[in-house]
Amino acid sequence: MTVPVIKVKDLVVEYRSSAGTIRAVDRLNLTILAGEVYALLGENGAGKTSTVEVIEGHRPRYSGAVQVLGIDPATSGAVRRELRDQIGIVLQTSGVEPEITPREALKLFSSAYRSPRPVSEVIELTDLRDFADQRIGTLSGGQRRRLDLAVAVIGRPKVLFLDEPTTGFDPSARRKAWDLISQLRVDGTTILLTTHYLDEAEYLADRVGMMSKGRMLVEGSPGDLQQAHGQSVMSVKISESDSLGQQELETGVELALNAIPHQASWMGHRLEITTSDTTGVLERLASWAASESLSLSDWSIERPSLEQVFLDLNADDDRGGADD
Amino acid sequence: MTESHTWPPSLQLLFRQASHQLRLFLRVPVAVFFTIALPFVVLLIINATSGERFLSDTNGDWPVDAFVCVAIAAFTAVSATFTNLANMVPIRREEGVLQRWRSTPLPVWVLVGGHILSAMVIAVLSALFMLGVGVALYGVQISLAAVPALILTMLVATLSFAAMGMAVAAVVPTASAASGIANAIILPMALISNVFIPMEDPPAAIDILANLFPLRPFVDALQAPLHPMNPTTAPQWGSLGVIALWGLVGFAVAVRQFRWNAAPGGSTRRRRSRSQ
Repeated sequence: MTVPVIKVKDLVVEYRSSAGTIRAVDRLNLTILAGEVYALLGENGAGKTSTVEVIEGHRPRYSGAVQVLGIDPATSGAVRRELRDQIGIVLQTSGVEPEITPREALKLFSSAYRSPRPVSEVIELTDLRDFADQRIGTLSGGQRRRLDLAVAVIGRPKVLFLDEPTTGFDPSARRKAWDLISQLRVDGTTILLTTHYLDEAEYLADRVGMMSKGRMLVEGSPGDLQQAHGQSVMSVKISESDSLGQQELETGVELALNAIPHQASWMGHRLEITTSDTTGVLERLASWAASESLSLSDWSIERPSLEQVFLDLNADDDRGGADD
Repeated sequence: MTESHTWPPSLQLLFRQASHQLRLFLRVPVAVFFTIALPFVVLLIINATSGERFLSDTNGDWPVDAFVCVAIAAFTAVSATFTNLANMVPIRREEGVLQRWRSTPLPVWVLVGGHILSAMVIAVLSALFMLGVGVALYGVQISLAAVPALILTMLVATLSFAAMGMAVAAVVPTASAASGIANAIILPMALISNVFIPMEDPPAAIDILANLFPLRPFVDALQAPLHPMNPTTAPQWGSLGVIALWGLVGFAVAVRQFRWNAAPGGSTRRRRSRSQ
């Protein structure tokens, strides 16, 4: 489980356009271990697709080093073919001729690999059964995406690249795609995923990397990121007190939480605190309540969603970015 | 585990790709129409309106209908290779099909070879169809002695026009521009190359111009072994040379300019030298 399958060091990708040179990826470092599902997140233009395309060998890099399964994806010839045999790619913009059927397409694509999965197995796996013999031109966007996924896994890949694999799926198709991806992960496939859906990353990924302006902002498991960068919302009910009025309660809480960054709001006796240090708040509040002979009840702690972390981090980066 | 398996044989892969392209061709009615049906109808119309005329060239007299029939056989071979590839490859690029294949272990030469081989098969079959019509309706005679020169001519011409088609496919910006550009190249060339308008005594300038482009030499090279009075069974090396030269230029342009995806943005920069 600890073998690096994808290694990216100081990657720089630049584009030349009429507006001048744009640095899409700026000295990015990334390591993905065998069997991991890694989600690369970022707003449009953050550089995630450029990064993935370089790792796939579809885009030249300006500088830096990249290795996939020990092979530089920018090589050509027999070595490149060897690598292509062991990876599967779902691109945002790839397709299959609309004049053929999914079954014909899968048969044809499977012929290019050394050890392909049987076509019927892939049709089952990706839930293509109902329209396996219809012309691809008549399929819906979501159905075509499923075919993309089917084509990507036909070669029994060790590493799978999924560029926004569930865009255009309805909720049940998305859930099925997630199940498929989870199943591939169980089989030991290493997966690099880019997505706009934060719940997708939260559900599927062992680790998440958030990119902004071509750089890696933060990296970690969804849980770690939520803990380290998100604000939890704590809620507690404070018992009625004979000796303390509302004003004194509020002052007491402020004094108790003096040293901890937080925001408090009151609704009668219910106190809501937004903070990143839930443990600190818990301890201080409990000892304050004990010293005042108050009881605390109805506790709840809501962890921040990955989405909130993402939005907060990007907002922070935008503010910081103004000085660059 | 994977390593114990060997690669599928390259020729098998090539034939698979070519037969896939043939299947696609048959499922695109507009391609079949423009490649075979339209030239056939044009042939019928021209010959229905040209009467019992004869054309004289250096080798003697040709009945116009037989002359035109062989010329249109050459033209269909050009449609099947040059026009077809110049049209279809950019469409496949925009559909993301080329990029999709590039993600697989299929060697690039097999993918491109499959396109070219299928185009050559369509070219040969549709030219044979036109010549068959010529034999049946217009008195075209094919002697056994003419066959080697015909085969060589078809081989050199279809390969060269396929290369030129790939060159156009490589440089056109979009699929919708491709069809216009391919026709803008081939139709005027056909008009001065004895395809639709057989010219007995063309102005010298047109004659020189037509011989600099590859279509007229192809028409000449296909007509020579089928001449009703004095067939030349030796290959037309001069004409084949001109065609092959254009083919090589097309090949060079295609290799240098070929793009896998329809990229609307700018090009990616690559540092010339790497420090490590």
